[in-house]
Amino acid sequence: MRIELVRRPLQSKLFSALSPFIAFALMVIAGAIIFAALGKNPVDGLYAYFIDPLTEVWSLHELAIKAAPLILIAVGLSVCFLSSNWNIGAEGQFTMGAIAGSVIPLYFPDFQNASVLPLMLIFGAVGGALYAGIPAILKARFNTNEILTSLMLVYVAQLILDWLVRGPWRDPAAMSFPQAPPFHAWAIVPELFPMSGRANWGIVFAIVAAVGIWFMMSRTLKGFEIKVIGQSPRAGRFGGFSTTRTIIFAFLVSGALAGLAGITEVAGAIGRLQPSISPGYGFAAIIVAFLGRLNPLGIIAAGFVLALSYLGGEAAQIAIGVTDKTVRAFQGMLLFFVLACDTLIHYRVRLVRPAPATAPSAPALETAHGHG
Amino acid sequence: MGMAEAILLTIATAATPLLLAAIGELVVERSGVLNLGVEGMMLMGAVVAFGMAYMTGNAWFGVLAGAIAGMLFSLFFGFLALTLVTNQVATGLALTLLGIGLSGMIGEAFVGQPGVKLGALDIPVLTDIPLVGRLLFGQDPMFYISLLLTAGVMWFLFRTRAGLTLRSVGDSHSSAHALGIKVIAIRYMAVMFGGFCAGLAGAQLSLVYTTQWIENMTAGRGWIALALVVFASWRPWRVLAGAYLFGAITIAQLHIQATNLGDLAGLPGPLYWLAGLVKAVPSQFLSSLPYLATIVVLVLISRNRRLTMMNTPASLGRPFVPDR
Repeated sequence: MRIELVRRPLQSKLFSALSPFIAFALMVIAGAIIFAALGKNPVDGLYAYFIDPLTEVWSLHELAIKAAPLILIAVGLSVCFLSSNWNIGAEGQFTMGAIAGSVIPLYFPDFQNASVLPLMLIFGAVGGALYAGIPAILKARFNTNEILTSLMLVYVAQLILDWLVRGPWRDPAAMSFPQAPPFHAWAIVPELFPMSGRANWGIVFAIVAAVGIWFMMSRTLKGFEIKVIGQSPRAGRFGGFSTTRTIIFAFLVSGALAGLAGITEVAGAIGRLQPSISPGYGFAAIIVAFLGRLNPLGIIAAGFVLALSYLGGEAAQIAIGVTDKTVRAFQGMLLFFVLACDTLIHYRVRLVRPAPATAPSAPALETAHGHG
Repeated sequence: MGMAEAILLTIATAATPLLLAAIGELVVERSGVLNLGVEGMMLMGAVVAFGMAYMTGNAWFGVLAGAIAGMLFSLFFGFLALTLVTNQVATGLALTLLGIGLSGMIGEAFVGQPGVKLGALDIPVLTDIPLVGRLLFGQDPMFYISLLLTAGVMWFLFRTRAGLTLRSVGDSHSSAHALGIKVIAIRYMAVMFGGFCAGLAGAQLSLVYTTQWIENMTAGRGWIALALVVFASWRPWRVLAGAYLFGAITIAQLHIQATNLGDLAGLPGPLYWLAGLVKAVPSQFLSSLPYLATIVVLVLISRNRRLTMMNTPASLGRPFVPDR
């Protein structure tokens, strides 16, 4: 038995819609197997992971808090990926956005009014965009591989943050903790419904950004340009579109959104700068982008799925005592299944028996391979 | 043991994992496949090697298990990228993310446990030769394995018929297929070899470089190895040179971080002043040197567009579906 692919004449509409669901179902099955292998009851494990966090109001708030940065970053990444720019350094752009936005409350602590937060958000977006501009310019100007440069800059950004919170920005009042002073009240992202939980305006930013990017990609010339360049740079050039401009644009957009996510996280859920500000949102967002099939509206849904996996990891640790390290394994598996299922959109998959070597079977072979 | 000798030994230890991972990826890319999962395969190799050595008490079992783990893990990538022709960049990333997650999960029990060290060679007489004895005859076995593998890959790629076939698959999979060469089978073998080498590199990290398991202990080395292959324009001996250059940068910044200014009081005035200047740089900036150096090196090497195009395997990253 071997697997053979036959290209479909047209993309399968059915599998375009179904593939994320099949992938999720496969991950649940694989998750059950892992729980069983760890000696836990798979039903309890899956319940704790995927159902339990949805049963309480406070944890729905937490879900929104975790989904916001994932969606913000992933819609930006979708612009990059659709234009064939492999920005995998969103984690670094997130960090730089958080740092840039924090400049205002930390250096101008006496500047306290309603304009502080909007300014911080702008600073954060600009910081993230500028940081994403580095791999973009290196790719556009020197043809440097953006995958490697953007990834290397993640480590650099984390070291810069580490230096800031242990050095110049360290809170003298925080005893021996390496962290910056807490932000003042004007510099905090307000909560949406303070009566019932912590969810803040971040999730609103995320949904607005997703709808905005959806509009740009599907209804404007810019979106068309990005998709053409992504699929065929040559065709794009004939159409008068500039590859260089597209590279810079895609990176700046995704960097800005990652930076916005960074400052929103620091000024929202955390409230101050500290050495670790992200449980890998920048990398999980890559999975969100693919699970959402690079469509901003799909990404909103996918963002909540990945957010659920973060909460589920914590819940499962408490409920059945598995390590929260399972979260990243589950997320990695999900991306694998998503990519594998996407094959069904473009190809028909067939299992083929090894062809018998004798002559009479030749016609049978012909039918087995088929052309329809 | 002199200071210079000690520094050279540590440089070799820092360079070996980069060399092992990069030489494997070089073969993969020469066959036309871009596997960005090196970091993940290294982590799987590191955690399995540590666990096996920890449980059996024998470091060699660890080395073997780590290499096999890397190889088996690479098959996830192979099945998706080669059989299901998924996007290679995305699939490689998925392998890295999965490797980070799985290794963290498997390794949870090993955090803080004492590991088993793969001891250095000690040949009577030879190892005791002054100056060069330790460098040539007294290093850990992984050092020799990495050099042998490099020489072997060099010979295989450019001196054997099978190596020529592999390169032809990487340069033009359609022509190779038309000649009756089994493109997918060859790419599978290349991917598995890459996984084997990445697993060895991981084993070196958890059995030689440090003898413990730390989550995410590769710290970007898999990505630096990927950059080394580009930097080396897909030539084995340049990978060797690049790995040692990066080993030297890593060790240099570590030494600067570890040295006390007081110990250098005997230095002549200007040198002492320079040392003081370097020591005034925050340690985080020194730690970022290998990453920044990777970027600089990549820019320098890819600036010349024509040269890069000439050296890159022509089918690199392009999926292949055989037409029948």
